[in-house]
Amino acid sequence: MSNIPETGRTNRVTVRLIAIQILVFSLLLTLGGRLWYLQIRNGQEYANEAKSNHVQQVVEPATRGSILDARGVPLADNQTRLVVSASRTELLKMKDDGKAVLGRLAEVLGMSEQEIRKKVRLCDAKTPQPCWNGSPYQPIPITDEATTQQALQIRERSEDFPGISAEPTAVRRYAAPGNANTAQVLGYLSPVTDEEIQKAKDSRSPLLRSDQIGRSGLERTYDSDLRGKAGVTRYEVDNLGRVIGKAKSDPQVPGANVVTSIDARVQAVTEKELDQAMKDARNEVDKNTGTHYKADSGAAVVMEAKTGRVVAMASSPAYDPNAWVGGISGKDYAHLTGKKSNYPLLNRAIQGQAAPGSIFKVISTTAAVNAGYPFDGHYPCTSSMNIGGQTFKNFESENFGPISLGRALEVSCDTVFYGLAYQQWQKDGGNKPKADTADWFYKTAHQFGLGKETGIDLPNEVRGRIPDRQWKKDYWKANKDAWCAQGKHADDYVSKIAKENCESGMKMRAGDSVNYSIGQGDTLVTPIQMAVIYGALSNGGTMYNPTVGKAVVSPDGKHIRRIAPAAHGKLPDSPRTLQQIDKALAGVATRGTAAWRFGGWPQDKIPMHAKTGTAEVYGKQTTSWFATYTKDYTIVMTISQGGTGSGASGPAVRKIYNAIYGVNEKGDIDNKAALLPKPESKLPKIEDDGTIQAGVIKPYVPPKPKPSASESP
Amino acid sequence: MPRYTPETGLWGKLTARDSVVRRLDWILLLAALVMSLMGAMLVFSATRNRTELNHGDEYYFFLHHLLNLGIGLGLATATIWLGHRTLRGAIPVLYGLSVILALLVLTPLGATINGSRSWLAIPGGFSLQPAEFAKITITLGMAMILAARVDAGDRPHPDHRTVVQGLGLAAIPVAIILLMPDLGSVMVLGAIILGVLLSSGASNRWILGLLGTGVVGCLAIWQLGLLDDYQIARFAAFANPSLDPAGVGYNTNQARIAIGGGGLTGSGLFHGSQTTGQFVPEQQTDFIFTVAGEELGFLGAGMIIFLLGVVLWRACRIARETSELYGTIVAAGIIAWFSFQAFENIGMTLGIMPVTGLPLPFVSYGGTSMFAVWIAIGLLQSIRVQRPVSASR
Repeated sequence: MSNIPETGRTNRVTVRLIAIQILVFSLLLTLGGRLWYLQIRNGQEYANEAKSNHVQQVVEPATRGSILDARGVPLADNQTRLVVSASRTELLKMKDDGKAVLGRLAEVLGMSEQEIRKKVRLCDAKTPQPCWNGSPYQPIPITDEATTQQALQIRERSEDFPGISAEPTAVRRYAAPGNANTAQVLGYLSPVTDEEIQKAKDSRSPLLRSDQIGRSGLERTYDSDLRGKAGVTRYEVDNLGRVIGKAKSDPQVPGANVVTSIDARVQAVTEKELDQAMKDARNEVDKNTGTHYKADSGAAVVMEAKTGRVVAMASSPAYDPNAWVGGISGKDYAHLTGKKSNYPLLNRAIQGQAAPGSIFKVISTTAAVNAGYPFDGHYPCTSSMNIGGQTFKNFESENFGPISLGRALEVSCDTVFYGLAYQQWQKDGGNKPKADTADWFYKTAHQFGLGKETGIDLPNEVRGRIPDRQWKKDYWKANKDAWCAQGKHADDYVSKIAKENCESGMKMRAGDSVNYSIGQGDTLVTPIQMAVIYGALSNGGTMYNPTVGKAVVSPDGKHIRRIAPAAHGKLPDSPRTLQQIDKALAGVATRGTAAWRFGGWPQDKIPMHAKTGTAEVYGKQTTSWFATYTKDYTIVMTISQGGTGSGASGPAVRKIYNAIYGVNEKGDIDNKAALLPKPESKLPKIEDDGTIQAGVIKPYVPPKPKPSASESP
Repeated sequence: MPRYTPETGLWGKLTARDSVVRRLDWILLLAALVMSLMGAMLVFSATRNRTELNHGDEYYFFLHHLLNLGIGLGLATATIWLGHRTLRGAIPVLYGLSVILALLVLTPLGATINGSRSWLAIPGGFSLQPAEFAKITITLGMAMILAARVDAGDRPHPDHRTVVQGLGLAAIPVAIILLMPDLGSVMVLGAIILGVLLSSGASNRWILGLLGTGVVGCLAIWQLGLLDDYQIARFAAFANPSLDPAGVGYNTNQARIAIGGGGLTGSGLFHGSQTTGQFVPEQQTDFIFTVAGEELGFLGAGMIIFLLGVVLWRACRIARETSELYGTIVAAGIIAWFSFQAFENIGMTLGIMPVTGLPLPFVSYGGTSMFAVWIAIGLLQSIRVQRPVSASR
C-alpha cells in the first residue's frame, strides 16, 4: 500500500495521464499544422479553385458589323432568321444517340434524316462535308430556313425534341445590292474550331465557342473589327447551378462596320460585263485551235488610280456567298470545291496568275530606256527575227519598219523588244553569263513590284513570278530529274522540250530572254499587280497598296478609323519617260491596237490610255489582257482562254468606262447617267442608332446594242 | 478576525469563498461556452440560405442551436448539482436506459440518416442519437467498475476480472451501435475505452490487447464485407482525394477548397462563397469546421482548435488533480472522447482522416451531441469541485 500516494493514485496512472496529455496535444498540433498548410501555405491555390467553382458564364454573341460599299449600301449585313439547332451533348446522352429525335425532326422540317445526321457529325480528316467543324459543345445549326410553323411545332412539343432548339438568330446576309455579288471579295464565315480558340486565347481578341470566323475575303481581313466582343454575363451559382449573385460581366460590344471603296453599282456593271465578255468569247472561234474559246475564268479590277482603292473587283466563275450561311450543304460544298467546280472560291483578281502578254511591254520599255536606249530612237519592227536558230515572229507577222519605243507600244510590235532583249542578253554574256549581269529587263520587272504581293487587304494574294536567273536555277533543280527522265525518249514536242530543259534549263537562254521581253513564257502576273502598275502610270509613278477597306466605323458612327492609302514604291521611270509612255498608251487607245474598241470616246475630255495583251500558254488558248487607265481610274481585265486582249476584254472595259463616266457609244457624256465620274471621297453617314444613310441602287441594265443601220460601217 | 458564519441566502451561498460556484473551473467553462456560441454563428451562416432545410426561417437552426446550448447548460448545472459521486449510484439505471434507447434505434422507431440507422425519432419532430448518451454511460459505467476496488483501497490497480467486467459492460452498447451501423461512434467508443483503461492503471497487456483487437476488428470488418459500399467509397476517396471529385470525393474536395480558400483572415462571416453556394454538404453538422475555415480563416478556425486545446488542458488538469481514481477515469474518458472526436471531425475536413459522420463537440448543430458534451463538462466540473455524496441520497 505504500506505493499509493495521497491523491489515491499510483505512479503508473500518473505516467499514463501524462502520456494521454502528450498524445492529445500532438493531435491538436497536427490539426493546427494541417490547417496552416491548407490556408496559409496553399491558400491561394484553393482560393482560385473556389472562384472557378461557382461562376457560370452566359455568352451573348456580338452582332457582327456590316460591310458597306462606298456610299453605305450594305454588301454584307445581318438578318434575323429562325434557326433550328441541335445540341450534340444532349443528343449523345440519349440511349440511341438521339436517332429518334433527329428522325422526328426530319419529319417536321421536311428534310431527310440522312442529311440531318450528316450535319451534326463532327468533321475530321475522313469525314467529308457536310459535317460540323465548330466546337462540339456549341449547338449545331441544322437549318436557318425554318418556317414559323415548324419552329412552333418544335417548341410546343419540346418533350419530343430534347436537345433541339428553334430560335430567331441573327445570321449573315450577303444582299448582292443591284446584283453586285462581290462574293470573293467579301469572303465567308464558318464556325470557329477548338484549335483557333486555343490559339487566340491570349491574344487581344479571344474567341468564344459560339463565334463564327471570317474564312476569306474582307470577312477574314477585318474579322477582328467586324466580330465585336460577345457579352459575357458571369453568374455566381450554388452547387445546384442556382444563381446567387452576379460577378463581373462584360457587356456585348457589337462589331464595327467596314466601309469599303467598292461601289456596288460599278461592281454590278463590272461583274455583268465580265460575264458577258466571257459569254461572247465562247461564241468566237479560235483560229489556232479551230474550236470555240473556252473562256473558263476571268477577272476584272476597277481601281482608283490616285489612291489604290478598289472600286470594283470581279472574279469569274462566281458563287452565291449565302451558301455558307447556317452551315454549308454537301451539294453546295462539292459545287464550290470539287474538281469539276472550276474553283469559284478563288478570287482570280488576286489569286489568278497568267503570263501578261503585251501589257508587260510598259515594263520592257522602261527597262530599255533605263538600259540606255533613247525612247524616241529608231528600232526595226520587222515581221520576224531569227535568234539562235529560232524564228520569233511579230504578232500576225506585221512589219512597221524602224519605229520609236512609243510607236512600238502603240502597235504592240514584238520584234522591237526581241531585238533589245537579245542585245541585252548578249551584253550580259549570252550563254556564258558574266559574273555581274545587268539583267535590265528582269531588274525592272522587280522594280515594278512583280513577283511580290501588292499588299492588298485581302488574304492569300499570290505573288506571280519573274523568271530571272535565280528562278531558272531553282526551278531546274526542282524539276531536272523529271525532265531528264522524260527527255530520254525524245520523239514528241513535249519530250524534246523536256530534254532541252534537262540539259540547259538552268541557263538563261536567248529564247527565254526574248520571249520574256514581250510578256510571254514563264512570267506570271496577277490582275491586281497590273492594276497597280497601270495606276502608277496614271498617277505619276506611285505604286499604291491596293485597298478595299476604306474605314472602320463604330456601330454608332462616332469612331472612325480611316484606312489611308499607302504606297509601296515608285516606278523606276524618269518623269519624262513616264510622260512618253503615257502619251504612247493614249495612242494605243486612239490609233493603236485598242483604237477599234474606243471608237467615239471623248478623248479630249476624258483621256483614255490602254494596252492590250494576248498571252500564249502552251496547250491552251490565249489569255486576253486589257489594261487601261484614265486620270482617276485604272481598269484591268483578263479572260483565260478568251482570245486577244482587245477582242475579248475590250468591249467590256469600254462599257465599264461608259457606265462610270456616263458616256454612250457615240461619245456623248451624260453626267446624270454617270455612276462615279469622280472617286467617292466622303464616307457614308452612320447615325447614332446604327442606321446607315445608303445611296440608292438600281440593278444594272446593259445598254442594248443600237440597230446596225445607225452604226457607221 | 471575523467569525465564520455559514451563509444562508442563495446569493451568499453561491458567492461564498468555498461555494461550488467559486470552485468551478471557469476557464474550462468559458472556453466551452465561447466554442458553443461560435458554433451558433457558424450554424447560422451555413443554414440561413438553405431554405430546403430551415423551413423558410433563416434563424431556425441558429435559435435551435442556442436552445440546445441552453438545455445543455441546464443539464451541466444539474450534473454539477448532483455531483459525479451521487451519480455513481445511479449508473446502473442510466446505463440500462442508454442500452434500451440504443436498442430502440434498431426497431422501427429508428430513423436512417445518411445510410446510418443511428437516430431515434421522438414524437414532436425531435430526434435523439442514443450513441451520444452511450459515450457517457460507458465512461461512467467502466469508471465505476474499474475504480471500485482501487478507491476502496483494496488494490493498487484493477485486476483482470474487473477489467473483463468493464469491457463486458462496454461491449453491449458497442455491439448495438455496430449493428446500426454507426462506425464513427464505435470508433469514438473505442477511444473512450482505451482512455479509460489507460487511466485506470490496468495492466499493459490489456492496453495492447485492446489495440490489437481494434486492428484485427478493422481487418475483419473489411474482409468480411461488413462495410456498406458508401463506406468503402469514403475510404477510397480518403486514400485518393482526386478520385471521382463529383462523387464520393466531392465532400472532401469541396471541404478542402472551402477551408483552403479562407486564407489567414477568411472571407468574413456570411461572405464565404463556398458556404453561401452550399457546395459543402452537411455543413451545419459534420462539416461545420469548413464554415469557420472559409469565413473566419486561419485565425478563426485556429481559434476553435485553440479553445478545444484549452478544454482538454483543463480536463487533463482535473484528471491529474482529483483524489479518487473514479474521477480520474471519468475525466480521462471524456478527454479521449473529445480529443478523438474533434481530431476525426476536423481531420476529415482537412483531408487527413476519412469521412465519418461525427459532430464537432460544442460547434456542430445537433441536440443530443450538445447535451452529451455539456453533461460531460458538468461531470468535469463536478470532479473538480469534489462535492460530497449528496446527503439526500
